[in-house]
Amino acid sequence: MNLFGFLKSRPSAPVARERLQILLAHERAVSGGSDLVAQLKEEILAVIAKHFPLEREKVQVKLDRGDAFSTLEIDIEVPSPTAAHKTAGNGGAKLAAP
Amino acid sequence: MAKVLVVTSGKGGVGKTTSTAALGAALAQSGRNVVVIDFDVGLRNLDLLMGTERRVVFDLVNVIQGEARLPQALIRDKRVDTLHMLPASQTKDKDALTPEGVARVIGELKERFDWVICDSPAGIEKGAMLAMYHADAAVVVTNPEVSSVRDSDRIIGMLDSRTARAERGERVEKHLLLTRYHPARALRGDMLKVEDVLEILSIPLLGIIPESEAVLAASNVGTPVTLHAPDSPPGRAYFDAVKRLQGEAVPMAVPEEKRGLMSKLFGRRVA
Repeated sequence: MNLFGFLKSRPSAPVARERLQILLAHERAVSGGSDLVAQLKEEILAVIAKHFPLEREKVQVKLDRGDAFSTLEIDIEVPSPTAAHKTAGNGGAKLAAP
Repeated sequence: MAKVLVVTSGKGGVGKTTSTAALGAALAQSGRNVVVIDFDVGLRNLDLLMGTERRVVFDLVNVIQGEARLPQALIRDKRVDTLHMLPASQTKDKDALTPEGVARVIGELKERFDWVICDSPAGIEKGAMLAMYHADAAVVVTNPEVSSVRDSDRIIGMLDSRTARAERGERVEKHLLLTRYHPARALRGDMLKVEDVLEILSIPLLGIIPESEAVLAASNVGTPVTLHAPDSPPGRAYFDAVKRLQGEAVPMAVPEEKRGLMSKLFGRRVA
């Protein structure tokens, strides 16, 4: 630890920059692709519901837009066959969409 | 070929109206035929910054509702005769603006002027949407501060989706105007740097307007800063921005105060 660290306060602009980058990445994903993401979620739910019951909250669809490529992240939490006794297991799938 | 430019930001108080007045005046000072339109119905202020507040007879809403013809509502600037303004209504509410009415007025203005500059109200409601709808180009006014950058990001998304150009599958030319910038504070790490804002918003930079007392002084007397103090740092920054807007390559810099012989000899005066 720097003995004289207390003399200079940490600059705040890098914090602002980092907070904005995280926030806007999220907000762009929500407002930019809301229709597509919502539609995908409904269709995925419909397909899975044919085979076993699933709660809506267990399906997460996220679209991150990037310069070179965007990432579509689909996270489906599947209950184990003995879910009545045990806590639910996790199933995840990640896809990269060019 | 007339160009429709919207000056927008999402957030209020970042310098939209100041920038509309300064860019409009600077374009007119370089010989272009310019009209600036106030879209902030109910809270007009462009008239005050242009110094035309006592000459308003008819306004944008009167023209839209057929109570006045366009030439009756246009106010010609007394200092630069190629500069005109169309005021907003102060008494009606924002619902008085109709998409058809705005389209007709913009169409008529495009026949008369080289530049039609729309001063958007803050927010993302009807007035702001109508101000940007017909734009060929947009100046996104942003302060180096988190809430302003976030709102600008939102507005950029809307320029790409909620404009006539976007609906036709074309792009609105977008320009970032960074206002109230403090180079020294940015250098100390106390303020977002130009590069930070550019990286986050990723639209081309039109200009950097430094924080300056010249801006308040110009608004106090109702004269755009490019007319009131053309040699001041913000004045020069707006002139450079206008050159870039017209496609001229001007090196990017933050103009500084020109110091005269006396102040060089005796140091800075006490602010």
